[in-house]
Amino acid sequence: MRKSAAILLLVLVLYWFTLSGYFDHTVLFVTGGLSVLAVVGLAARMNILDDETTPYFRFKSIGYFVWLFKEIVKANMAVVKAVLSPDMEISPSMFKVKMDHGTDLGRTTFANSITLTPGTISVEMEDGEILVHALLEEMTDLEGFKEMGVRSGKAVADPMNYVPKLAAKPKATKKRKGS
Amino acid sequence: MPTFLHYLNVSVAFLLLIGMALLLGRLLSGPTLYDRILAVNSFGTKTVLFLCVFSLIIGRADGIDIAILYALMNFIATIAVLKFFRYKALSMSLEDAHIDKPTVKTGTRKGGSKA
Amino acid sequence: MTLEIIQLVVSGAFLISGVFFVLAGAVGVLRLPDFYTRMHAAGMTDTLGAEFIIFGLMVQAGFTQTSLKLFLIAFLLFLTSPTASHAVADAAHHAGLKPLLGKFRAPNPAEVKANKVEKH
Repeated sequence: MRKSAAILLLVLVLYWFTLSGYFDHTVLFVTGGLSVLAVVGLAARMNILDDETTPYFRFKSIGYFVWLFKEIVKANMAVVKAVLSPDMEISPSMFKVKMDHGTDLGRTTFANSITLTPGTISVEMEDGEILVHALLEEMTDLEGFKEMGVRSGKAVADPMNYVPKLAAKPKATKKRKGS
Repeated sequence: MPTFLHYLNVSVAFLLLIGMALLLGRLLSGPTLYDRILAVNSFGTKTVLFLCVFSLIIGRADGIDIAILYALMNFIATIAVLKFFRYKALSMSLEDAHIDKPTVKTGTRKGGSKA
Repeated sequence: MTLEIIQLVVSGAFLISGVFFVLAGAVGVLRLPDFYTRMHAAGMTDTLGAEFIIFGLMVQAGFTQTSLKLFLIAFLLFLTSPTASHAVADAAHHAGLKPLLGKFRAPNPAEVKANKVEKH
């Protein structure tokens, strides 16, 4: 609690400096400091000063983002090729990927990484599964999802000890839920 | 004197405008509501990019603040519209939202007595 | 002088590739056959298109506050765009929108080309 308040304070001060850019203006300095303190105080009063509110950063995670960027570039190339070719040959499919992340942060990181990679979108999150919509056939490769899950788990210190496996591919007609 | 970089920025801004015009086509002809929301969301992202390029073209850094605001508003607007069409209301009753429990917990703590 | 040329080349490369991805995403949103597939094209705009354009502008701005603000925009887009995409897809799925599954080819290439020319 005290630690997350300190981190939140530091991040808010940096944020204020980024937005204002003033270092030598006394009035702005004081009012900025007061507003930062007010935000931290309100967060403490709302009782939301926990791991979820505090901005999360680890130097170890940078490697994951570099890897993710490489994956994003690769997937972008494939999607651009499919979209811009005159006869777009796409094979959309929907399937479930199992995941076993302990914390909400791990689950969010994994699902957001899937969505960030063009060609795959996490449509729905259930208990231990993500319903994924994939644009191309080569993106239904489960080994890739497993690698992404393991790496994203490592990045947020939430190891994934489960081998994700394919649940049955749903039929096209089964997906209608009735509005 | 306009430099080559300036012409580059201007052409980038024009190409972004063309992309926005293409998205307007999807916005007008989208068969479902969700196509339109998707088009609006993507249009907003392009607007943010256009504002960034534009503020560098006119040489005023103030435009970037507006771009930050627009990025945040775009996200919130998308979520709000989706929530509205899912629940047909922007407000939820306390029983549905499950937000009453933490509030009670806060009240018993020192935060409540302070207030 | 050489520094300016390097700045021009690097920033130009970033900007042009970013604009390419943005335009490809916009064309994809127009061309692709159904809502879920269009989301992929929109995601392409949100990730590489936006980040490349903003990095190109950061190269132009140099080490200034403008550059920091641009980085903040890139970071915010990086966080919010997948969340918004997931929210839209989840809402459509919840409402019962049926995805198009299986292999798909553009029905008649000549016809599609004619349509594209009409739309441009």
